[in-house]
Amino acid sequence: MKLLPTVAALSLLATTGAAQAADPNLARNLAATCANCHGTNGNALKGSGMDALAGTEKAKILQKLADFKSGDKPASIMHQISKGYTDEQLDLIAGYFAAQK
Amino acid sequence: MMLMKRRDFLKAGAAAGAMASLYGCAGGGKASGHVIVVGGGYGGATIAKYLRMWSEGGVQVTLIERNPTFISCPISNLVIGGTKTMEDITVSYDGLKNKWGVRVIQDEVVAVDAAKRSISLKAGGAMTYDRLVLSPGVDFMWDQIPGLNNADAQEKILHAWKAGPQTVALRQQLEAMKDGGTYAIAIPKAPYRCPPGPYERACLVADYFKKNKPKSKVVILDANEDVVSKKGLFMKAWEDLYKGTLEYRNNSEVKDVDVKTNTAVLEFDKFKADVLNVIPPHRAGDIAAKSGLKLINNRWVDINWLSMEVNGTPGVHVLGDAIFPAPTMPKSGHMANQHGKLAAAAILNQLSGMEPSPTPVVMNTCYSFVDAKQAIHVASVHQYDAATKVVQPVKGAGGVSAARSELEGKVALGWAKNIWADMLA
Repeated sequence: MKLLPTVAALSLLATTGAAQAADPNLARNLAATCANCHGTNGNALKGSGMDALAGTEKAKILQKLADFKSGDKPASIMHQISKGYTDEQLDLIAGYFAAQK
Repeated sequence: MMLMKRRDFLKAGAAAGAMASLYGCAGGGKASGHVIVVGGGYGGATIAKYLRMWSEGGVQVTLIERNPTFISCPISNLVIGGTKTMEDITVSYDGLKNKWGVRVIQDEVVAVDAAKRSISLKAGGAMTYDRLVLSPGVDFMWDQIPGLNNADAQEKILHAWKAGPQTVALRQQLEAMKDGGTYAIAIPKAPYRCPPGPYERACLVADYFKKNKPKSKVVILDANEDVVSKKGLFMKAWEDLYKGTLEYRNNSEVKDVDVKTNTAVLEFDKFKADVLNVIPPHRAGDIAAKSGLKLINNRWVDINWLSMEVNGTPGVHVLGDAIFPAPTMPKSGHMANQHGKLAAAAILNQLSGMEPSPTPVVMNTCYSFVDAKQAIHVASVHQYDAATKVVQPVKGAGGVSAARSELEGKVALGWAKNIWADMLA
């Protein structure tokens, strides 16, 4: 069951042809940078006020991130953080969280 | 997820490296081996969990920590301000032990032999490792403040810059202080642990005084020439909330103290306080600073940003406040957690015969309270740059709050709950 995210990441890399294909665990590693606030593997604690991302549809996460990045969606902090990642990295992150339970 | 039961793990723990044979994963590219982690704070606890989680139990992890429980520095200023208790900032290591199969040993590492890949314990005995992770935080340079360079003085003039008994003791000093008294906090020159922390503490003590001891004053004696972090937001809070209560003095480095009179000795001046809180300059924690690892400025460990491995000492990784930081990177608990994940990924690659990922990313988020309910933040993202071989801050990303708010105060507490779980649960 732990294979899923890796497979998802690999297929993503294959389709996007990302330059950072060197590490097979790239999506996992990138998503882990979000876990401080959003919980390990996207499982934020209930009632903590943070969005739990595990199992959320990839397109939905990507849209939210794009809106944060563009400023369309008001935020206290995510507009600043989302700008620190490339679109390819956000794609990997969203794919990883979507594949989590 | 395949995780060992604790009793099985303890059996296996007798022999370092026994895990590989237990799981028979060789050939599958799965990492195996024994990693010793020294220090169970934000960096060490995180890497202990993530090594076990990401290797699906394949890597044996021993965490050596001198304290029986984790006590958080972030949020501890609210204990000093009187709105949170020690219980609120204390988390057990049981999650690491029982859920993740980390062998947690309450002891202290007194020596590292990197050539033999072994460490010595204070209680006696030695242990060998395939990879060693030191996450020791900071220790203080007491010789920089001669009057504080003895145990008696250190019990009277507190730093409270490591959460624990000193947090409680400083709160007691503030409670015992008469109304009309003065609390002074001395900030060392940057870099130091938690850049906005001293200004947050000054705010929270001022908030306590305003509500309970309104004739009392807070004075910040800052060795730096200006407010080091979140300057505009802190100065606005001081102006809006603490005018007449809180005074900021820049270029005010404390060179010595007179313990008898509770007086801070500055270069050209002296300052007598009722409660004197001196944060001495610090450096990498003892075990990192005194094990022959390469230091920068004789204070901070020189590491490789692809793996957090010490330059010149293969097999030893250092995390958190003890390292020489990348540009604009703060010494924060959040960042130490990120170091832990970067190093966990790198170590698992190394233990399965692969190179560390060539494109690591780390990010920081840091909330500070300006009163019991309202908080402000600073955030940054740092991407590896192959040209400089350092994780560099991404231009145009990161930043600070537009304004202080109760919403951010709630988010700050939510951050704490989630990061503690990310490390320990």
